[in-house]
Amino acid sequence: MTSLGSKNSRYISSLFIVRNKGHDKLFSGLVIGAAAYTLLMVGLVAFSVMKGSIDIFSAEGIQFFYQSDWNAVEGRESFGAFPYIIGTLLSSALAMAIGVPISLAIAIFISEIAPPRIGTPLSFVTELLAAVPSIIYGLWALFVFRFWVRDLIEKPLYDAFGSLPFFAKTPFGLDIFTAGIVLAIMIIPIISSICREVMRVVPDSQREAAYSLGATRWETVRVAVFPYVKSGIVGASMLGLGRAVGETILVTMIIGNVIGPSAIPTTLFSQGQTLSSLIANEFNEASSDLHLSALIALGAILLVLTMAINVGARLLVKKKIKPSSGAKSQ
Amino acid sequence: MAIEEPIEADEAMLEGAKESTSETKVQESTEKYKVRIEKVNGWYGAKRAIKDVNLNVKDKAVTAFIGPSGCGKTTLLRCLNRMHELTPGAHADGRVVVDGIDIYDKSIDPVVIRRRIGMVFQKPNPFPTMSIFDNVAAGLRLNGMKNKTILREIVEESLKNAALWEEVKNELEKPGMSLSGGQQQRLCIARALAMQPEVLLMDEPTSSLDPIGSSKIEELVRLLKDSVTIIIVTHNMQQAARVSDFTAFMYLGDLIEYGATNQIFMKPEKELTERYISGKFG
Amino acid sequence: MTDDPRSSKKYSKIVHETVNKKYKKRIIVNKLVTIFTIVCVIAAIVPLASILLEVIKNGVSAISFEFLTQPQGSIGSGSGGIAPAIQGTIIVVGLASLIGAPIGVLAGIYLSEFAREGIFPDLVRFFNDVLTGLPSIVIGIVGYVAIVLSIGSFSVIAGAISLSIIMIPIVVRVTEETLKIVPYSFREAGHSLGISKAKITLSIVLPSAKNGILTGIVIAVSRIAGETAPLIMTILGTSLFFTGITGPVDALPLRIWRLASQPYESAHAFGWGSALILILMILALSVGLRFLAQRNTFKVSA
Repeated sequence: MTSLGSKNSRYISSLFIVRNKGHDKLFSGLVIGAAAYTLLMVGLVAFSVMKGSIDIFSAEGIQFFYQSDWNAVEGRESFGAFPYIIGTLLSSALAMAIGVPISLAIAIFISEIAPPRIGTPLSFVTELLAAVPSIIYGLWALFVFRFWVRDLIEKPLYDAFGSLPFFAKTPFGLDIFTAGIVLAIMIIPIISSICREVMRVVPDSQREAAYSLGATRWETVRVAVFPYVKSGIVGASMLGLGRAVGETILVTMIIGNVIGPSAIPTTLFSQGQTLSSLIANEFNEASSDLHLSALIALGAILLVLTMAINVGARLLVKKKIKPSSGAKSQ
Repeated sequence: MAIEEPIEADEAMLEGAKESTSETKVQESTEKYKVRIEKVNGWYGAKRAIKDVNLNVKDKAVTAFIGPSGCGKTTLLRCLNRMHELTPGAHADGRVVVDGIDIYDKSIDPVVIRRRIGMVFQKPNPFPTMSIFDNVAAGLRLNGMKNKTILREIVEESLKNAALWEEVKNELEKPGMSLSGGQQQRLCIARALAMQPEVLLMDEPTSSLDPIGSSKIEELVRLLKDSVTIIIVTHNMQQAARVSDFTAFMYLGDLIEYGATNQIFMKPEKELTERYISGKFG
Repeated sequence: MTDDPRSSKKYSKIVHETVNKKYKKRIIVNKLVTIFTIVCVIAAIVPLASILLEVIKNGVSAISFEFLTQPQGSIGSGSGGIAPAIQGTIIVVGLASLIGAPIGVLAGIYLSEFAREGIFPDLVRFFNDVLTGLPSIVIGIVGYVAIVLSIGSFSVIAGAISLSIIMIPIVVRVTEETLKIVPYSFREAGHSLGISKAKITLSIVLPSAKNGILTGIVIAVSRIAGETAPLIMTILGTSLFFTGITGPVDALPLRIWRLASQPYESAHAFGWGSALILILMILALSVGLRFLAQRNTFKVSA
């Protein structure tokens, strides 16, 4: 750059400043706008759900939550969310009961037992499970898996325990039990990958301390690893729960699709219906505005439920991935 | 990370092995050596970290391993309670005979060994979610001891032996991490002692402590040696001179010289030893 | 210190006795736990293998040139194909990505580079987290109420905006985390040369984070390509080809759902075929974009 007279250089510098300021202003405006868009989307979600469900709540009020009938006939309309709340809770509880222990076991295997050359491809494979779209899970569950469940698990259980109220229904595969199992398979990648993450953070010096006292491998995991990661595991499970609660398409395909009071499952092999599956099933054929409003209200309940679960979960997990005070890592 | 699980056998076989090895029977009676290290090699994958080490450790004495960084002293120490093989890809061969039993024998379960050969680490590692009492009792509980009275007695005795009892006797329920660095290290020593080990391995136990904490540990070592054979790794030569009866000097994976501490420090036989002692390197 | 150091011998015996007694049981427990973890690993792999197998096995037989290029014939006849669904997926997902990727990246840039302490960034992060956990059926409801009702018809744009709502939070999070990994020294160097923050971000920071961000975008797009629920009440799904951005359209996940619920074998076969196409498309997307990313990196460093 040639040397310039002071007047010229000041002029050129001022050009730079103006231009830069312009660029900066434009760009920071863009990014702030994009960030604000996030809040806009949230507002849109809240607003839409509220607007859509206001009708049914003003018509039925709090009854909506514990009523069971689902009558769309003109003039005698009455809607109650109770069976579907139960359906959602039950199918998710089942998914957790099956999915959490399996996820934990997988995390322990990959993190503490398997050598890296097995562990790394294995964690990749479990991630693949997460990448499968739920419509394909649904297809597979409907045409393949439900027969496995019916023949390998449900029939034997029914033969053995059919007299007990819990199992007193002839199983044919499309029921809350199968839904719970497939939901469990779907949430395993989420839970186990986070469990693995929090286990990874535990310092090796802790494991060494346990080994040096003559602990077996399982005892080392129990004594040196678990106390560190307890809240992380709970958080991971809650994230899985959130996913199970919100799952729609898979559930519509295999839960049996009943409505009204008969949708309250009484046995393990009952058909059922969840908040999300009913919305998917009836939305396009809703016969009246009130009917539609009732469906959207189900969505509102679902929204609040999943928000609570996810916020709680993230608080727990964030605490664990950051190293806590006092525990020194090597 | 995955730490490899070693092969197993049972405790009874251990006792059986003791009786059946006839050649060691004769030596047992005149055995002054607690630990006989014979042609031990330690590997990290294909890299050999310690080569053909032969060394006899005297019972109820303090033996120090010294040498510059990377000489293999810690690797050798960790071979003595089969902690070395916990690192993925690491293994050791050779014989380490403790009280007449080769701990590397195929039929021996390392879990059993580590009960009788305790270890204290460079950085104190008490279990953070446990109280002082629970920390000391941890090894005992893990190994199946449930009797509360006996646990209490052993915990008290171990804390006394670790020179920590007076400072914590009224606060046993407080978390282990609430102690100072030096206290935490003594807590770890108490935890190791609670298992009634016959040999105590110490891996640079004072390197993360301040001078006062360090001297307390050194004092402890001197007192403990009457009941436990102690092997201590240290990068601090003066500490080795102060505290040990025997010293082994290692360099780049080889055992260069081993003898009575006085002799090593006053009249070393090998030139390399002399140069290290006089501070010419390391 | 202890009075008599040999008093430890009294405990030595009892410790050894207890330990010997419990030893066998502990070893068995350890073995059982190991076996249990292996069983669980197998329990996770078997479904995955089965899904892939079934999709390939059942889907391959349904695929033909007609399948890929023709709209569906009369229901139950087994003729025709799913071409409108393929087209629809490309259009809706493509549009959603055009909306979602830039906004997501820009918002991620904000959070990483421009945000200062304060309630606004905290809110943005918090609600971003909230959005990632929302069930997609609820997003569909939002699309319906906010767009379908306003425009008056089930439409591509409703579907695209709904999918973008799902996509944006994912991209925001990945972008922010990837940018945070870029060493501060890069930015420092730019500042010391008197370059504007915008230019630093665009020309220095972003390119070095390009791979991570692109991967995040690919993950998000793969995710929305497989989504069914939001499409049910936004694009409706027809058996016709694309008619306009404000008109309804079909998409693969939706078509699969409809086909699966029909009682005809031929419909089911079409469903498997569509599933195979969907998976292949998602795969092609991931592989393709990764490949592009690799090539571009070479260019830049050369």
